[in-house]
Amino acid sequence: MIPKVLNWLEERTGLVSGLHHALYEDIPASAGWHQVMGSVALFSFMTQVFTGIMLAMNYAPTATEAHTSLKYILTELTGGQLMRGLHHWGASMMVIIVVLHMIQVFVWGAYKKPREATWMVGVVLLLITMVFGLTGYLLPWDNRAYWGTVVTTQIAGQAPVLGPYIQQLMGASNGVGALTFTRFYSVHVMILPLLMVLLIMLHVYLVRRHGVAPAADDNKPKKKFFPEQVFKDTVAIFIAFCILFALAIFAKVPLGRLADPTDTAYIPRPEWYFLFLFQTLKYFEGPLEIVGSLVLPNLALVVLLLVPFIDRGPAIKTAKRTYAMVVVLLCTLGWSALTMAALRNAPTNAGDEISLEAPEPWQELPPDQLAGIGVFRKEGCVQCHSAGKQPFKTAREMDWVTDHIKEKHVGPSPENQLRILASFSRKASDDAIKNMTAAAQLPVEGAIFYQVNQCGICHEINGVGMKTGPKLNGVIVRRTREWLTGHFIDPQKYSPGTPMPAYKFSPNDMERMLAYLTSLPE
Amino acid sequence: MPDNNDNLPETPRRSFFTAAIFGLGGIITAALGGLAGGYLLIPPKAKKKDGWITVGDLTHIPANKPAELVFQKTRVDGWKVTREKATAWILKKSDTEVIAFSPQCTHLGCAYHWEDGSNTFICPCHTSAFSPDGKVLSGPAPRALDRYDVKLDSGKLLLGEIRRSEQA
Repeated sequence: MIPKVLNWLEERTGLVSGLHHALYEDIPASAGWHQVMGSVALFSFMTQVFTGIMLAMNYAPTATEAHTSLKYILTELTGGQLMRGLHHWGASMMVIIVVLHMIQVFVWGAYKKPREATWMVGVVLLLITMVFGLTGYLLPWDNRAYWGTVVTTQIAGQAPVLGPYIQQLMGASNGVGALTFTRFYSVHVMILPLLMVLLIMLHVYLVRRHGVAPAADDNKPKKKFFPEQVFKDTVAIFIAFCILFALAIFAKVPLGRLADPTDTAYIPRPEWYFLFLFQTLKYFEGPLEIVGSLVLPNLALVVLLLVPFIDRGPAIKTAKRTYAMVVVLLCTLGWSALTMAALRNAPTNAGDEISLEAPEPWQELPPDQLAGIGVFRKEGCVQCHSAGKQPFKTAREMDWVTDHIKEKHVGPSPENQLRILASFSRKASDDAIKNMTAAAQLPVEGAIFYQVNQCGICHEINGVGMKTGPKLNGVIVRRTREWLTGHFIDPQKYSPGTPMPAYKFSPNDMERMLAYLTSLPE
Repeated sequence: MPDNNDNLPETPRRSFFTAAIFGLGGIITAALGGLAGGYLLIPPKAKKKDGWITVGDLTHIPANKPAELVFQKTRVDGWKVTREKATAWILKKSDTEVIAFSPQCTHLGCAYHWEDGSNTFICPCHTSAFSPDGKVLSGPAPRALDRYDVKLDSGKLLLGEIRRSEQA
């Protein structure tokens, strides 16, 4: 049955002999473990395509929804964090593997005649890999993404003559925004993958056309690509995959707060493989800045592209190519030193990361219920109303409850807080009663404070309160703690024209309030 | 067919290589495939549902005549949680007995309506007809109209989840 099907397939398509031809390609006897990197790079790209498509299945590619949908992937979908981890670390891994592949090709002298074009296509593939990283960096639409891209588009704008046009193409003429996001997304998922596939095909075609480069003194008869070299490639791919999987599981990729163009505290940094460029920029100031930002990087790219024409000697043996070896060593050292220098001064951007844990049930309680729990605790009601003793919730008249609380309370609560307790004793929800002890203390105190100051007259929390002012769920993602603190003290300074009155909270009360706002689910 | 001259004899070394290629490739495929399966097919962690929604006062609804009630409910749609309009067809049998039908035909999900003249619910898509208590009278509908869970609280009607009906 199977031979029959294969025969039919071969007769109609020629696929069987095509595959055979591909697998039984002649390769030099000296081919071996050092030549696995090309296959690993291809595998790495395929993994990126796969995980990228998977992410796209649950991702909303607009500036308004990207962050929310990514958070949904990370917090609510099975394997969502793993999928994003694979894509994130896969990008880094791909850069490393492509660079290792290039170093191997360089050291073995495999870029020399007649393989110049193969090398140059390879350099373009490296460039595309980097642009993949650059455009993908914006897509989480958090502060890291936003501010990193602001810097990128500004640098592009510095290009002589072309600068404004490049910015226009990036959709960043009026700053980074919705248009930039959409441009980056379409480049990332439509243009680059297509270019990459076409150039990989050309690259592999050229490798096949000229054959795998043999070692300098390899005069032995050729061998077949399958199965030994395929086995070595597969083992290398498997090791790379295990490392990637382990990274995705153990090295969690954070999600920052939603991109905030008004955040003056955020210190942007590019992805690690661009840090050498970032650091280079620091050494050029004023009119010379363009040297660090554009001239040197582009010059380096041109030199890399032209390597086969700069080094035209026929020698392949490393011992006879001292200069070439010194150059590759110096480049590696220079790149490492610049990257290390940038890493040493890496800012922490503390507090920018958002929690990916699902909210606890108490975090979803309306403010009056959480405040009720707070006063209940302070007044020691638990002594009589704990589980199994007197039930706490009552249907008695308000007057009776108020009198009862006044008579029994032992804590320091002022009258307005006792009113919160009285109301709570008649309206306590099942969720609130279940979470009397689970709720964290500082947010609970913040909730009392929120109720006492009647913030609910303008604001909504967990679906309760008015909508005159902004909804406070997620405010901690939209704003920094510094911004919120400043806004409480002097609202006009931060939101000119806002009807919000100024609140001169004591440091302790401010801490409580911020703890409460931080605890709210988005 | 391919030229078989290239095929070297099956030695244990070749068999080992081939087995390892398929084995390691299989592990990678299984890991990514399994992950993708879970990621795409396992429903997202449940967000807090509405629970019971108060949809209106029962006293305004006439007895024994289906009436359409429109109310607001929360819809969890992927990463979006929105408030949207929902409807239910209500049949008040008495002050203590109420049925609330899901507004979609059990055949292919079209919205049906009540026709006074024939005293039936009619689906305009494929002409399924249902009796006032939801039973299929004619047409391709495979089962009776689905019902909401119903609760009455001092004259107020509360709706819960939609239950799939089993009967014809």
